[in-house]
Amino acid sequence: MSLGSILLYGLLGVVVAISGIGLITSRNAIYGALFLVLNFITVALLYIALGAPFIALAQVTVYAGSIMVLFLFVIMLLGAEQLPIAEPIRGQRILAILLFVAFLAEMALFVMLRGSPVVAGAPITPDFSTPATMGTLLFEQYLLPFEMTAGVLLAATVGAVFLTRSPRPERKSALPEAQQAGKESS
Amino acid sequence: MSLFEIASVHPFFQLVPLVVFLPVLGLLINLLVGKYLGEKGVGAVASLATGGAFAVAVLLAIGLGQVSEGATLTLANWMTVGDFSVNWSFRIDTLSVLMMLVVSGVGMLIHIYSIGYMHSDVRHNEDPGRFRRFFVYLNLFIAFMMVLVSSDNFLMLFVGWEGVGLCSYLLIGFWFEKGADGIGNAKAAKKAFVVNRIGDFGLLIALFLLFHSFGTLNFAEIFEQAPAIAAAAPGAIMAITLFMLLGVTGKSAQLPLYVWLPDAMAGPTPVSALIHAATMVTAGVYLVARSQALYVEVPAAQNIVMWVGALTAFFAATIAVGQNDIKKVLAYSTISQLGFMVTAVGMGATVAGMFHLTTHAFFKALLFLGAGSVILGVEHGHAQANQHAEHGHDSFDPQDMREMGGLRKRMPLTFIVYLLGALTLAGIAPLAGFFSKDEILAAANEKSIAIYALLTAAAFLTAFYMGRQLLMVFFGKPRSVASEKASESPLLVTLPLVVLALLSVFGGALNLPGSHILETWLEHTLEGVTPGHFVLTVALISLAVALLGLLLAWLVYGRKPSFENGQPDPLRKPLNGLFTALENKWWVDELYNTVIVRPYDAVARFSAGVIDQGIIDGLINGMGSMVGSLAKAWRRYQNGYVRSYALTIVVGVVLVITYLVLR
Amino acid sequence: MMPMSYFIGLSILMFAMGILGVLLRRNPLIVFMSLELMFNSANLLFVAFSAYHHVLDGQLFVFFVMTTAAAEVAVGLALIVAIFKAKRTIDLDQMSSLKG
Repeated sequence: MSLGSILLYGLLGVVVAISGIGLITSRNAIYGALFLVLNFITVALLYIALGAPFIALAQVTVYAGSIMVLFLFVIMLLGAEQLPIAEPIRGQRILAILLFVAFLAEMALFVMLRGSPVVAGAPITPDFSTPATMGTLLFEQYLLPFEMTAGVLLAATVGAVFLTRSPRPERKSALPEAQQAGKESS
Repeated sequence: MSLFEIASVHPFFQLVPLVVFLPVLGLLINLLVGKYLGEKGVGAVASLATGGAFAVAVLLAIGLGQVSEGATLTLANWMTVGDFSVNWSFRIDTLSVLMMLVVSGVGMLIHIYSIGYMHSDVRHNEDPGRFRRFFVYLNLFIAFMMVLVSSDNFLMLFVGWEGVGLCSYLLIGFWFEKGADGIGNAKAAKKAFVVNRIGDFGLLIALFLLFHSFGTLNFAEIFEQAPAIAAAAPGAIMAITLFMLLGVTGKSAQLPLYVWLPDAMAGPTPVSALIHAATMVTAGVYLVARSQALYVEVPAAQNIVMWVGALTAFFAATIAVGQNDIKKVLAYSTISQLGFMVTAVGMGATVAGMFHLTTHAFFKALLFLGAGSVILGVEHGHAQANQHAEHGHDSFDPQDMREMGGLRKRMPLTFIVYLLGALTLAGIAPLAGFFSKDEILAAANEKSIAIYALLTAAAFLTAFYMGRQLLMVFFGKPRSVASEKASESPLLVTLPLVVLALLSVFGGALNLPGSHILETWLEHTLEGVTPGHFVLTVALISLAVALLGLLLAWLVYGRKPSFENGQPDPLRKPLNGLFTALENKWWVDELYNTVIVRPYDAVARFSAGVIDQGIIDGLINGMGSMVGSLAKAWRRYQNGYVRSYALTIVVGVVLVITYLVLR
Repeated sequence: MMPMSYFIGLSILMFAMGILGVLLRRNPLIVFMSLELMFNSANLLFVAFSAYHHVLDGQLFVFFVMTTAAAEVAVGLALIVAIFKAKRTIDLDQMSSLKG
């Protein structure tokens, strides 16, 4: 492990941490979204270092590119209001921080005490993960989950459309009760 | 043996279940269709049922005359639990048939009397519908009493014992909404039942001990084994007999459990006659007579029985001197005479005791029924006198002797029969009471001078208070308008009185000193019977004592000027404080009330209030309200905020991870 | 190569920060973004293990996670928009009809 790689990884780690903190503490939603984008890109760099270029680019395209854009659209739609800082639920803040610390401590304990030493396998070669190999694996071994994911996406689309449609326009009808019913159902 | 076998012993013996079933049939008929029969019909059914039982008893007596050892008829097996087996069996022997004859004979006469008496009584108390219920209860009583005397084991006897106690309660409280404060009769009934219960507890313990020592409750088996067991464990037999004595003091109204009998006079007069004079109260005497085989093994217990009887005889006689209610005098007289009987059977003079039981049934029933006739007459007089006035019964007490007087002219037939009954109770020869009482006194003289003295003193007082009663009720001038206008009672009432009077006069023939019919009759059943002697000196002394008592009564109450209305009792001045004590029954009821009843009431109140309502209910209610408050506390977590629900989830996650880490 | 514990630690940190964001923020959009952060931490762990064990399946799984996350975001944002239309506010604490 050369000094340079240590420094590089260290820097990436710090950026990830800072952007995470920035996300959860920013009062302005736009700033939070931007912090998250930074986080995604840093993680994509880590993916590249781990020999997963396809995933890294997918991360940038899908996550940072489309999902965050969606978020920004919605933030703009809803007029990002600045909610007051005071916490209305008693004990929520303290408990949350306590749990955060406890969680970290426990996981650290877990890793230190239980984690069996991970033996590094062979070093990563460039042809470890290529679109070709990924595609072969995807369509041969994981065909079913692939199709099901497609179904999930379809459902999500339909759901999104349904949730946000406007009420049906009123139709002229002969009977006034139907019109009344039509009014009530909208 | 079974029904078929017993017919071969003697054909009449197979009729014995009828002594129980005829009265039961009578009561069922009256209960179910009585409303359609009318008063005369109901009375006729009940009297015929009892009369039928009497007829069966007579037939059984005839049968016993030919087959004198008797027999046992087993009707059914009641229960068998492990080693313990009890049958419903009828014992036909001279002792039980004697009791059956007395109970059903006197009972039948009282049933007939009641038809006339209750006809007036339900009208006086304004509830004609109750007529039928009276006869149902009376037949139920006869049935249970028959079960008691005809059983061949202690458990069936106990069934009968309890049953007659129940009927006594039902009949004392017959007018349950009347009496002092609208609850007096019910309280008297309750007192009778509770005090009897204490006695029953004693009898029950005796039964347990009997089973423990003998392994059976059958009379024959127990009396056979008695000598052997007594040699092996005398303490057990002593305990058994003493606990039985407790039962006897309860049922037969001896010291200390006699207090229910005077209060039981709250019931209608035929009830007092039947139950509290002739039959139920004699159950205790019957029990001791039957268990003679046990008592002779423990002379110490016999002594105790004797002394209890003698002391009761004297004590009750003193109280009777100071009473003003016509029925209360007779009640204390009953207690006193029962004392005589208990003394007799305690001494081992069983024949004397049973003889006195029989004659006492005759003349005490006569006296009570006669008192009922007097009360009826006075009530009629009162109603007539107040025809124009308003209908108030409260302040006038038709039973108070101080309001009576001079009734011999207004109610002649009642006077004659009452006089005969009083004389035989006092023990004037040659009436029945003289012979039976004399036998007891003779036996006492042989046994112990102290007992003899007590009984003689009681006899003297008996003569005195009966004389007092006769003079206050029938002689002198009428002391109230009601007695002035009293009228004789109808035939249905007076006819049984005449029959009973005849029996009281000639009943002595049962066991005259020469013939000793009853003694030979009972010898077949009771072993080791002390033969009765006729001692002339004892007889003459008792006669003299009785005459002396009557003379003294005449001196105090009979001489002119006679006892006017409103004047204090003539005995009050000479005896002063003593008379107050006698009038107040030596304050025994008050003593019991303070020493036993009030503390018990306090304990009961404490248990009910503090323990039951406070602690136990509090515990249960507390648990309920605890659940409620827990729920209220938990409800705070349902605050609707998604974030706090998320927090709960994260808490769970952290806890699970902790568990996994620490495992 | 960095030791595995580095990636595990980083992943845990990101996950914990995501939890904190979900618990503490009242703006649903920030909550969703914290959720995305948590998804990301899982993805990182998948890829890291995939690299160390020299197996491709881990990376493939990331693929699926990403698509599912996208679907979920779509629906979630639609929900937020719909709620905003009804209630005119996006404060999570105002959505407490489940109270009681």
